[in-house]
Amino acid sequence: MIAEALFFSAVLFIIGVAGVLIRRNAIIIFMCVELMLNAVNLSFIALARLHGSTTGQVFVLFVMTVAAAEAAVGLAIVISIFRHHKSVDLRNINLLKG
Amino acid sequence: MLQDLAAVDVHPLAATAARFVGLLPLLPLAGFLVNGALSLASSYTRGPADPSAGGAHGAADAHASTASEPAGAHGDDHGEVARNPYAAVTTLIGTLMPALSFALAVAIFLAMASAGEINTPYVRSYFDWMVTGDLQIRWAFQLDQLSMVMVLVITGVGTLIHIFSIGYMRDDPGYSRFFAYLNLFVAFMLVLVLGASYPVIFVGWEGVGLCSYLLIGFWFNEKANADAGLKAFIVNRIGDVGFLMAMFMIFANLHTLDITAVSAAAPSLGFNSALVTTICLFLFMGCVGKSAQLPLYVWLPDAMAGPTPVSALIHAATMVTAGVYLIARSSALFAMSTTACITVAVIGTVTALFAATIGLKQWDIKKVLAYSTISQLGYMFMGVGAGAYAAGMFHLVTHAFFKALLFLGSGSVIFAMHRAYHHTGSHEDAQDMRNMGGLRKYMPWTFVTMWIATLAIAGVPPFSGFLSKDGILGAVFERAQHGTLAESTWLGMPGSTVLYVLYGLGLLTALLTAIYMTRLMLYTFHGPNRTGEVERAHLSEAPWSMTGPIVVLGALSAVGGWLNLPAALPLGPVAVLDKWLDPVVGASTAVVAGVAGGEVTNTEYVLIGAAVVIAVLGIVIAVMRLKPAALVPKRDAVPARGFERVLEEKYFVDEAYDDAIVRPLVSGSRNILWMGIDRGIIDSLFVNGSAVLSRGVGWVGSQLQSGETGAYAWAIAIGALAVLGAFTFR
Repeated sequence: MIAEALFFSAVLFIIGVAGVLIRRNAIIIFMCVELMLNAVNLSFIALARLHGSTTGQVFVLFVMTVAAAEAAVGLAIVISIFRHHKSVDLRNINLLKG
Repeated sequence: MLQDLAAVDVHPLAATAARFVGLLPLLPLAGFLVNGALSLASSYTRGPADPSAGGAHGAADAHASTASEPAGAHGDDHGEVARNPYAAVTTLIGTLMPALSFALAVAIFLAMASAGEINTPYVRSYFDWMVTGDLQIRWAFQLDQLSMVMVLVITGVGTLIHIFSIGYMRDDPGYSRFFAYLNLFVAFMLVLVLGASYPVIFVGWEGVGLCSYLLIGFWFNEKANADAGLKAFIVNRIGDVGFLMAMFMIFANLHTLDITAVSAAAPSLGFNSALVTTICLFLFMGCVGKSAQLPLYVWLPDAMAGPTPVSALIHAATMVTAGVYLIARSSALFAMSTTACITVAVIGTVTALFAATIGLKQWDIKKVLAYSTISQLGYMFMGVGAGAYAAGMFHLVTHAFFKALLFLGSGSVIFAMHRAYHHTGSHEDAQDMRNMGGLRKYMPWTFVTMWIATLAIAGVPPFSGFLSKDGILGAVFERAQHGTLAESTWLGMPGSTVLYVLYGLGLLTALLTAIYMTRLMLYTFHGPNRTGEVERAHLSEAPWSMTGPIVVLGALSAVGGWLNLPAALPLGPVAVLDKWLDPVVGASTAVVAGVAGGEVTNTEYVLIGAAVVIAVLGIVIAVMRLKPAALVPKRDAVPARGFERVLEEKYFVDEAYDDAIVRPLVSGSRNILWMGIDRGIIDSLFVNGSAVLSRGVGWVGSQLQSGETGAYAWAIAIGALAVLGAFTFR
């Protein structure tokens, strides 16, 4: 049972990582980040159940809260970028250059 | 500081004035602090020139023109003289402190003399100085008969010279500074002779070197004077390397540096072992530098650039004799090595002869005395080298008297000459004997006392120098007959032969000494006056503050010989100094001398007779051969030729040193060390190289920061994988 859950979590996480690395659309990257967070949430839940502890479940609640806040701020930034560049393609945006 | 920290065994001197031994150097040190502060203060608040000085100012820098400088190079000394505003306080403190020190020394001496047999030194420890592992060095002073003699000479002659300086330096703007340095010198010199361990002695040794440097370059506005100071300092450092090496080797082998402990342990190094010979030769290297022996004597003639009282105190009476003192102090070591002993004697004798020949043809009155000092120091080394430590110390004491007198007398002459030239604004050389002549009419006191000193140094009985020089020559002759030195070999030659040769050279030097000193007196005081028609009217005796000390020293030069009458001439208590020093150096002397001669033999009378004949012969030759009347003033003089020129130019030793050592060193430093290593390697490779390297690394880093978040994400992912991999596959 636990093995399947963790395997599934790992697959989800890798899909998320691959999305972040490969895709260039800011919205999709954003969604991939959410995917990674939820993959982690899944392993938290599975392990909490395995150990019969509630700590993992509490963590998941925190992660979801932070993810919600992050989504709000992140989408606001994406909208602001779109207004400025008329695009959400990250290849065109290199403001972090030193 | 005066609290006694270490437990001292009950010593006969413990309850006497000797317990204040620490005050001896502290008093002049206090004088240095006060005068130093006044000197700093006076350089900010320069008072108006004292009108009363108007008639007589100017001795202050009479001597700025050394022989190498053209006369008149010092242009400023004919202007108004700004007298030091704190002169009165400086005079009081500056002379009172050495005088108090002398009074204390006399009190300690009386306590010591009345305490009866004292066979161990009185050591008083003040604080722990360096304590690490094996190395236990305390700041301790040691009073014994040997250091007592030195303390009396230093404070006694020192006080007289301080008093002389009041008049001599009166008009110098650096009056307070001069007394500050002079006080500091006395303090360090007392530390040197009182030190109970080699490191403490070394502190004094370096301290007097510092004061010597400061005082030679006292008129540092003149580049030649500053250079002379530097020369003295650097040449002395060469010798000091030897002193340091000796200390390291003593500590490495005996695990102590206390004088008493080293002396006690010296026999364990083995008689004539290579080790003890090396230690002694390194120690002697230090002495060669400090006491201006061949080949490191070159700084002393240049040191005459300093004020004349400095020449008298530091470069004649006290500091330069420190080397003789150090050998007497380390006599237990030297007695263990016949090679080292004979080397000391040979170097001393050769130096004595060498310097005496140069002295024959010098025209600068102070240069003659400087070479004479080197020559007489050579005699002292001849004495201590032959294991006649008491004789060497005896000559040290009498030499302090008559040479201080000669220097002060020459200072008095220069003072008068400069004053005379000052009146007419002439820029003639006030130190050149060709410009003097006939001064006996104008300076009778200086004339008479300097003749006493001349007879003393020439070795005419009954003056002091006769007895002390005869003591040394007699001792060398005796060692050549029997004792460990005579039986040893030196560089393959039998020691006995070497010592006989040294005795002969010593006699020859005595002859030359009589000649050059008589020459100095004839040219300075006899014959017609060559100063100049107008200037002649202004020649006169110096004030009493200057003549007084000269007269006192004259009396000491005349009767100083009674300190140590030889058994052959029982004109009073015999061999007082020998007996006084016996507890310190007696054992070492016995090692070198073997069986003591004891009774007076006819040989001794022959030797004494020979010495007297030689001295008188020298004076007669000088009087017969030299014609002061035929001498012309310096500006009309024709250059000497042939060997005379070689002597006048001091055998071109300075030039040889310049070519062989100084120039290669300077050009090597410039071309290899500076241009090659410093600018070529350090600057370009290390300094600029590291700049290039960091700039390159920075360029690479800035290229990595592209601003592409995608690239950053890849970097993070790969990094995370790498870390994970490292943990997994460890």
